[in-house]
Amino acid sequence: MFNKLLIANRGEIACRVIRTARRMGIPTVAVYSDADARALHVAMADEAVHIGPAPASQSYIVIDRIMDAIRETGADAVHPGYGFLSENRRFAEALATEGVAFIGPPASAIEAMGDKITSKKLAREAGVNTVPGAGGLIEDAEEAVRIAREVGYPVMLKASAGGGGKGMRIAWNDDEAREGFQSSKNEAASSFGDDRIFIEKFVTSPRHIEIQVLADGHGNCIYLGERECSIQRRNQKVIEEAPSPFLDAETRRKMGEQACALAQAVGYTSAGTVEFIVDGERNFYFLEMNTRLQVEHPVTELITGVDLVEQMIRVAAGERLAHAQEAIRLNGWAIESRLYAEDPYRNFLPSIGRLTRYRPPGELSSDSAVVRNDTGVYEGGEISMYYDPMIAKLCTWAPDRDGALAAMREALDAFEVEGIGHNLPFLSAVMDHPRFAAGDITTAFIAEEYPEGFAGVELPEPLLHRVAAAATAMYRVAEIRRARISGRMDHHERKVGDEWVVRLQGKTWPVTVQADREGATVRINDHTAHRVTSDWVPGRPLARLEVDGTPLVMKVGRITGGYRLRLRGADLRVQILTPLQAEMAAHLPEKQPPDTSRQLLCPMPGLVVGLHVGEGDEVHEGQPLATVEAMKMENILRAERKGRVAAIRAEPGASLAVDDVIMEFE
Amino acid sequence: MKDVLQQLEDRRASARLGGGERRIDAQHAKGKLTARERVTLLLDEGSFEEFDMFMAHRCTDFGMERDRPYGDGVVTGWGTINGRMVYVFSQDFTVFGGSLSETHAQKICKIMDMAMQNGAPVIGLNDSGGARIQEGVASLAGYAEVFQRNIMASGVIPQISVIMGPCAGGAVYSPAMTDFIFMVRDSSYMFVTGPDVVKTVTNEHVTAEELGGARTHTTKSSVADAAFDNDMEALIEVRRLVDLLPLSNREKVPHRPFFDDPNRVEPSLATLVPASPNQPYDMKELILKTADEGDFYEIQADYAKNIITGFIRLEGATVGVVANQPMVLAGCLDIDSSRKAARFVRFCDAFEIPILTFVDVPGFLPGTGQEFGGVIKHGAKLLFAYGEATVPKVTVITRKAYGGAYDVMSSKHIRGDFNYAWPTAEIAVMGAKGATEILYRSELGDAEKIAARTRDYEARFANPFVAAERGFIDEVIQPQSTRRRVCRAFASLRNKRLSNPWKKHDNIPL
Repeated sequence: MFNKLLIANRGEIACRVIRTARRMGIPTVAVYSDADARALHVAMADEAVHIGPAPASQSYIVIDRIMDAIRETGADAVHPGYGFLSENRRFAEALATEGVAFIGPPASAIEAMGDKITSKKLAREAGVNTVPGAGGLIEDAEEAVRIAREVGYPVMLKASAGGGGKGMRIAWNDDEAREGFQSSKNEAASSFGDDRIFIEKFVTSPRHIEIQVLADGHGNCIYLGERECSIQRRNQKVIEEAPSPFLDAETRRKMGEQACALAQAVGYTSAGTVEFIVDGERNFYFLEMNTRLQVEHPVTELITGVDLVEQMIRVAAGERLAHAQEAIRLNGWAIESRLYAEDPYRNFLPSIGRLTRYRPPGELSSDSAVVRNDTGVYEGGEISMYYDPMIAKLCTWAPDRDGALAAMREALDAFEVEGIGHNLPFLSAVMDHPRFAAGDITTAFIAEEYPEGFAGVELPEPLLHRVAAAATAMYRVAEIRRARISGRMDHHERKVGDEWVVRLQGKTWPVTVQADREGATVRINDHTAHRVTSDWVPGRPLARLEVDGTPLVMKVGRITGGYRLRLRGADLRVQILTPLQAEMAAHLPEKQPPDTSRQLLCPMPGLVVGLHVGEGDEVHEGQPLATVEAMKMENILRAERKGRVAAIRAEPGASLAVDDVIMEFE
Repeated sequence: MKDVLQQLEDRRASARLGGGERRIDAQHAKGKLTARERVTLLLDEGSFEEFDMFMAHRCTDFGMERDRPYGDGVVTGWGTINGRMVYVFSQDFTVFGGSLSETHAQKICKIMDMAMQNGAPVIGLNDSGGARIQEGVASLAGYAEVFQRNIMASGVIPQISVIMGPCAGGAVYSPAMTDFIFMVRDSSYMFVTGPDVVKTVTNEHVTAEELGGARTHTTKSSVADAAFDNDMEALIEVRRLVDLLPLSNREKVPHRPFFDDPNRVEPSLATLVPASPNQPYDMKELILKTADEGDFYEIQADYAKNIITGFIRLEGATVGVVANQPMVLAGCLDIDSSRKAARFVRFCDAFEIPILTFVDVPGFLPGTGQEFGGVIKHGAKLLFAYGEATVPKVTVITRKAYGGAYDVMSSKHIRGDFNYAWPTAEIAVMGAKGATEILYRSELGDAEKIAARTRDYEARFANPFVAAERGFIDEVIQPQSTRRRVCRAFASLRNKRLSNPWKKHDNIPL
């Protein structure tokens, strides 16, 4: 076994590799850039070596820097994680030259799978299904129709030189193929100066399903089931699960065997992933092979019980695979939610800054549920703009899919992240989406279901009732505490009542609370009583309650006369008023938040370093309006639409917070 | 007998109707509550005891004798907020536009006198068109009677003003002399002279909202301490503030049960101060992580944001917090922030509220604007306020404490009781770069030499230990244990006794 393992990566994956290495008793070395001096992986490793400035191009992907760190520490093995140098043939070769083990496949396999065209050719030769099609010189429309018929409709016609959707047509029949060929050809000629057209099977209702393989240097190769990764936003995976709710055992076996055939054909060792696209009829076609550990590997670990990192290390040390194919059993269901530092309400704009609060749900492992959080950050840590915005992977496991989903919903509700924008509300929303719950998903799920982006969630009324019951019981406890302040007039204390009125999402409900030793019985609108029990005390930012026997977990913040509650992707403002307050509140205007469409708001905390327009100026879409310096980066804020500047509200040199008004438009 | 009882009820009903149904509806239509509704919301339910319900004006000019409504445009009395006594007056806009008459003033003066005598705060809910013109100088006399009482009560009982409608002309000076002013957005304004006069005199065109609305007074003029969206929210927040204040200067700060561990450790504070000395960070995070339950009642949140002032609780008892905010103007002191903090410190000292100070101050803001504006005297206010304060004072320096600003920010030398520093603290006359440029002026041409000198200076002075060697810093503490250390420091100061020499009053550089 190795004497010292260097992890040529950062963030959660570096931490994850260190955990396994530690369990195996292998000392670890972390590498870090300037931006990561205080990072978690640095703190976790036995040794840490500084490898350069913040940009990865000057640190994490500079082979020489890593080689220096290896020499300096005497590491005899390197785990590359994913991204960075993990699929870099030159890195694998450099390590081989130095006699240091690369925990991954041989350089030749990396190279073979690194090129899309070569890999597809190799796959076809290894008997792996590939998307049928033909390219090159298609003489005329009639030939196009002939090929389209061979491939089978629907087909996609695209420019060989193409990209960005230009020169691309989908044809469902001969007429469309004929027509599409001509227009694609014309468009290709004018856009790329190359009118060659390629015809390929168009996969309907596509799902992204991938097979995990594991191979050793002794000719053994096994597959560890599949992962369903169809929940993607602009090709970025968001939620994965294993197994896929779509595959049957037969398809799984076929895909697994083809994946192994490909791995063996290229002399693959270590962990790898063969990605397939699967259509609505369970036809599957090879996409590509990833010659590294995948981000979403934990779901496979959770259903197979195999520690993939450990197997990678053992294989790299020359050991044989610990498991035979027959020994691999898929047990239960696992889901992974990727926590991104991206603000879903601002079109998933990356968000950077300090994690003022970061409390993942408690990890647990039992026969009925597992909660696992692979994280690379900590409370008080900094999310920088230099690296991938993914900061944690929250995984749950249960004996079945519904159980895993339920565990995930609760775990997401209990996950506290403050200080940066993050996608927790969006993840919760997907978990509650009926299509996702039914497993009826394709790679277009997010684009189809959230075409206008994400604007929060409207909770169903029964859940709102439970929330209102919980909030009222909590508020009453807080009010009783307030009435116990010192300096009261004896015998004339305030009596906190049992009658309340809850205002929530524009609804107003009378609520009665009957408290007892164990909890409270809360009646809403004279409907059924809700039983609320909890150990919550005022001031605690996370409330774990049980309402009507089921858990209710919410993030709690104080607002005037009530709480801001966050759960299940919703961000609620609930006011709990006395009947008297409610009666009077009816006279008062509900102030709408100001119309921000006529304002330029500061998108991040920063310093105004320049204003490029003046009051009264006409501006056109895309015109630079102001420059805000944040984190030593100059950000140019541009006009979203045509307009005239009515007033400038910030002057150069002003230090602004998020959403401070910079200027207003007419 | 029954007739007499019924008569009382009838009279009460008449008094409660104020200016009548039509005017009450008009008040509601403006998104405002009536004087009585406001009192009801402010106080614990059923706790209001009214005075002078049947008082009426005595004016006989301009036909006024024919219209003598009960109460004369103001509702006064006492009640409780969470069981603690407060006095309240609430001007009734439905009666003569809430204008102040001689009797109206007398009613206010009566409860102010009682509040002084019995040691309880006065809360004024202002909604008045101004002086009762029909009464002439009698009305002005009434204002002055109120003013005199505001002055006498200052520092004896907390006085809180809520501006819930117009408040113009001489009327503004009563709230101006109270401890806190709150406003309601869009329905309240305050100014000495209104838009029409402004237009005539200075030819400036300005709306009432721009001239004296909540936004103006919370961001530009610093007249108001906070603004709220509507009457109810304003009153809920006033209740929350009263929970933090002692009833009078004779009493200790209130305390209440708390659900937070005084020994709570916050590991994340170890990374609050960024690695780069020029990078800002949000001081509010430290305040929130130090406070009980993360609860902070900020005063003047939107004004002079380079300093933060407000109340927290530690172990259930109120503490005033003053903190430099590195996010704004690098946290430097200037005219506005000095004035804001000085006034807050003096309020705390007057009412025996201990003061916690978090320091990260690079110095005073330079510039002609500051010097011409008199930063010398304004800055001195804060120094004066801290120096004269005899309440428990605990100070934590997180990063920079440079120059005179170090002295000002509740340093050991001006009777700080506990002066702690984080290991990241730099207590020096100025930053290393500036210092070396002065000390080694002759070497300025040689960048390398200067850089070396700067490093030497940093190594020698950019730390808390030089100050600690002299006892100016009592201890260098771990950031993550700030809450525990601060709680224990205040706990040890519960019986602090310190008094200033007898004087008629001091002569703070106003």
